[in-house]
Amino acid sequence: MRGSGLLDEAVVMQALEAVKDPEIPVVSVVELGIVQAVQVDSASGAVVVSITPTFSGCPALDLMRTAIESCVLDLGASAVRVEVVLDPPWTSDRIAPEARARMQAIGLAPPPPVGRFRTDISLTLEPLLASEDPVPCPYCGSSQTVMENGFGPTICRSAHYCNGCLQSFEAFKAL
Amino acid sequence: MNDQESSAPIAMASMDDTARADLAIVVLGIADDCMLQGHRDSEWTGLGPILEEDIAFSSMAQDELGHALVWYNLLAGLGETRSPDLLAFTRDAGDWRNAQIVALPRGEYPFSLMRRHLHDLAKAVLYDGLIACGVAEVAVAATKLRQEKKYHLIHNRAYIERLARSETGRGPIQAALDELFPFALGLFEKQDAHDRLAAAGFIPSQALLRERWLDVTCSSLAAAGLRPPAHRAEEAWIPDVDPRVGGRSGRHVPEQVALLEAMQGMFRSDPEATW
Ligand SMILES: [Zn+2]
Repeated sequence: MRGSGLLDEAVVMQALEAVKDPEIPVVSVVELGIVQAVQVDSASGAVVVSITPTFSGCPALDLMRTAIESCVLDLGASAVRVEVVLDPPWTSDRIAPEARARMQAIGLAPPPPVGRFRTDISLTLEPLLASEDPVPCPYCGSSQTVMENGFGPTICRSAHYCNGCLQSFEAFKAL
Repeated sequence: MNDQESSAPIAMASMDDTARADLAIVVLGIADDCMLQGHRDSEWTGLGPILEEDIAFSSMAQDELGHALVWYNLLAGLGETRSPDLLAFTRDAGDWRNAQIVALPRGEYPFSLMRRHLHDLAKAVLYDGLIACGVAEVAVAATKLRQEKKYHLIHNRAYIERLARSETGRGPIQAALDELFPFALGLFEKQDAHDRLAAAGFIPSQALLRERWLDVTCSSLAAAGLRPPAHRAEEAWIPDVDPRVGGRSGRHVPEQVALLEAMQGMFRSDPEATW
């Protein structure tokens, strides 16, 4: 066990790269952008990790929280508290570029930049999605795709169909 | 509201006791709406008319439970001592502050779809209003939840338009609209606590939210070829039916009792159990 004297925010952040999203095991909680802040009390060795949910109903949040706790304790922290915060809200733009490439490699299309989506939609009759910006197919790269359903097997995924290679695929939702 | 928009929102802890108590009442109503909407939609798990809709309703149910949790958690900062679990699973019908619409039985698919649509638009309008509101924690929560509503709105609209355009779907979706509209108006039931907070500039008034909701709801339904039970007078939509109210003061449809028995039975059988 390493001494808590060595602990600082960067060390904790580095270690958290080992904690993966249980629903997307090729992406760490840090790459996903849900670790909002790490505070280390150098006198006591206690650590506070602030995390924020992707979707507020994400059932994996509790698992990630427990995994983060064990990870930090294994580093030698005297105590750890994982707090859930909502400010600023998570956005899919936070997902790291390397993580996007790994998502793509397992056939999960990474979320398009949020800027492409209308956010102020409730009070207009405009199309809700900019249909000229379909999610590229993770298999063949074609942009000839359609979103078939905003809801996939988990609440953070949507279901799409590629007219290029005629395959269904899933995408991580832009939020 | 206009005065507040120019000044920074204040933290809940800085509000006076009356305002905090009023906010707790309003937030409880929002939380209860989300919780029961989520429960009713979860009843479609395994029963959806097509697999995609089975999945969509299950996902939206999961979102709603997440939203309920955000609001129940917020109550802790307003003097509520009960945990979210205790609030959700130990209160009898008379202690719930949801609007009646969310407790109505799920009915046929067009009914559940139209309920989602009417309620999602109401919450989207509410959250849009709360994002700019005068209470910091409420604005943060509304910002987060409003983002997630996007996918509900896309979903509902696609399927409502599909039904409204089809020969066999138009009748049932119109019937669902007619039946649900008075209950949807009940989401804007007059609430003294809300009125006081609005008068003090903390949150938008019910009248304003209702007007915005009527506008977006009736316009979009009319564009889909449906007939909302309302007429246009100058710039505003005026409902042709009376709202079904009572939920915000604990008067609910009879079916809410059975809903709560189903939802709470497991927890109440052993409140100390850990899972
Ligand atoms: Zn393809």
